Amino acid sequence: MNIKTFKGGIHPEECKEMSLGTPVERYLPQGDLIFPLNQHIGKPARPVVAVGDKVLAGQLIAEADGFISANIVSSCSGTVKAIEPRNTAAGPRVQCIVIENDGEYTLAEGVGQEKSPQELSNNEIIAAVKNAGVVGMGGAGFPTNVKLMPKDAEAIDYIIANGCECEPYITCDDRLMQEENRAIIEGMKLLLRLFPNAKGVIAIEDNKPEAIKAMEAMCIGESQLYVQPVMTKYPQGGERNLISVVTGRDIKAGQLPAEVGTIVCNVASLYAIYQAACKNTPLMERFFTVTGDAVKNPRTLIVKLGTQTQELLDACGGVKEGCTIRKALFGGPMMGTPLTGLDVPVCKNNNALTLLAVDPVEEAEKQMTACIRCGRCANVCPVHLVPQMLADAAERGDYKKWEALYGMDCFQCGTCTWVCPAKRPLMQMFKQTKAVVMAMKRAQAAK
Amino acid sequence: MSPIITATLSVGIIGLIIGVLLVLLGRKFAVEVNEYQAAVRDCLPGNNCGGCGYAGCDALAAAIANGEAPANACPVGGAPVAEKISHIMGVEISETEKTVAFVKCSGDCDHAVNRANYVGLSDCQAAVNAGLSPKGCADGCLGLGSCVSACPFDAIHVVNGVAHVNRSLCKSCAKCVAACPKHLIEIVPDSAQYAVKCANTDRGPVVKKVCSAGCLACKVCEKQCENDAIHVENNVAHIDYSKCTKCGKCAEKCKPQVISKRF
Repeated sequence: MNIKTFKGGIHPEECKEMSLGTPVERYLPQGDLIFPLNQHIGKPARPVVAVGDKVLAGQLIAEADGFISANIVSSCSGTVKAIEPRNTAAGPRVQCIVIENDGEYTLAEGVGQEKSPQELSNNEIIAAVKNAGVVGMGGAGFPTNVKLMPKDAEAIDYIIANGCECEPYITCDDRLMQEENRAIIEGMKLLLRLFPNAKGVIAIEDNKPEAIKAMEAMCIGESQLYVQPVMTKYPQGGERNLISVVTGRDIKAGQLPAEVGTIVCNVASLYAIYQAACKNTPLMERFFTVTGDAVKNPRTLIVKLGTQTQELLDACGGVKEGCTIRKALFGGPMMGTPLTGLDVPVCKNNNALTLLAVDPVEEAEKQMTACIRCGRCANVCPVHLVPQMLADAAERGDYKKWEALYGMDCFQCGTCTWVCPAKRPLMQMFKQTKAVVMAMKRAQAAK
Repeated sequence: MSPIITATLSVGIIGLIIGVLLVLLGRKFAVEVNEYQAAVRDCLPGNNCGGCGYAGCDALAAAIANGEAPANACPVGGAPVAEKISHIMGVEISETEKTVAFVKCSGDCDHAVNRANYVGLSDCQAAVNAGLSPKGCADGCLGLGSCVSACPFDAIHVVNGVAHVNRSLCKSCAKCVAACPKHLIEIVPDSAQYAVKCANTDRGPVVKKVCSAGCLACKVCEKQCENDAIHVENNVAHIDYSKCTKCGKCAEKCKPQVISKRF
């Protein structure tokens, strides 16, 4: 096996085995389903239903409001209970559509109708993806139909399916690749039709031999497609790192993947693309891992979007005896979004609920000291920044220096924070400074 | 000649030449300063806090001297400075009222319910960026002290989880107003006796669940007020200080004591 990797990165404890033991099952929620209108990058969607309306599973409830925006589809049948601000992972008071679930899951007309991929034209594929509200399901939530329309489709010569899943704890993509390998490959083939000059590469970390085997079995006899095992290392699944590993090309600061002839899609997005185009099934559910040492039976479930996380925890046996939840996260412990409560709904781009009995940040804060300039952060930074100097600029509020040090290229993977022997909160500092600089730029542009 | 005399003479002569040169060059390249500007600058406090909206005290002095800013534009100096400046500029100024910053939240650790325990950078903006609102109340003071670090006068401090303004130290520069991501701080007249210490825009029952010191929007204060100075807008009471006569009837009837006398 030819295993590749990038310079830098770390090897945190994987903790993936805890959620791998149980089979994947579909979980049907009992309570209300909540659909935040901003579960993607770009403008929030615009509701097209009113309070009191009856909706069916697969019915459009909010439509994309602008070019970079995405449709939202109901994942259950029932009645629209409210359109009001609710707590979500993005913060309190996010406008949400709340649907009272009737428990029937009656599908809307035409949902699930099979179409052979040959019948579809390129435009029909993109339209289907747009209508289904597919967004980047690895975490970023960028509308996929926009990603599929780069300026120069001819110039794209690599489509990379991101099946790395380098975050500790999470196993949903692993399970998806094992169970839905055919659908993922069909999704990839649809993309290869849009980009005729491209090769399809499925990149998987070598700690998932089962998934590699399952995907390789589907690639036999395909000239345009192959599986690329990559080294198990965090953040192997970072878009830029993955591109340089697979293609050998470096993305410069400020460049987009399409500018170096690549498109990177999460495997879950490919699955959603296939479902949208060939099964006429919009994005209603996803593979979702409920894990962490505070969960009694950690496992991967197929979850309806909009399900409240408390229900999912209950479905996994609740909190383990003798444990209290000290940290709740959407996603893994490295880049996950911290939650303030379990009343928040699962969105399109959330891949896991991680509940930890010990809050590593709390522990680190107790031991925090001044920077000792050891330079370990610079050794592991996957985008080759010098976090130590960035932190200095961030602390002093020297935003010019911050930009001169390419601080805006930081994608907050947290490797620097993980290695820091002085336990400094580098990643949060960078996240905060990026937000401040971005706000300043927006204010300047508005002037 | 002894070397000591040579050295003294040469250093003395060089010094003299440089001195003359400096005087001549100083006259030739002198930057003309408006005499008013210099005088006004001397009156200003010199904190360069930026509370007036200009880049610093020099910039404000230039603006006042050019007639672009009023004589009482410095919020920090207040009435005494305004008086001196108006004297220099020869203009009459209307009586200025001292204003202070005020935090519209009283949901301290004893009153507000916490949703989660926040650990991380002690900066409200950083917590908001992470999508975190550790307090149950979506509008409440986070108590992480972004305003404290923004205040150049050490006039604001977090006490028991909520920011408090020290009225005697506050110069009303409004730096804290800009620093608060929850937009909880406003500038009010220092003479105001009563204020609404809540900014939650949720309906009463929702507020009751998360804070025992929250405005329930019951409108009792509105009915009590004889001067039409208090109104409940967007589920929270607002006092119009231009109409308020400081009678205190609203505070008497306010059950959760959201409206109360300021200390």
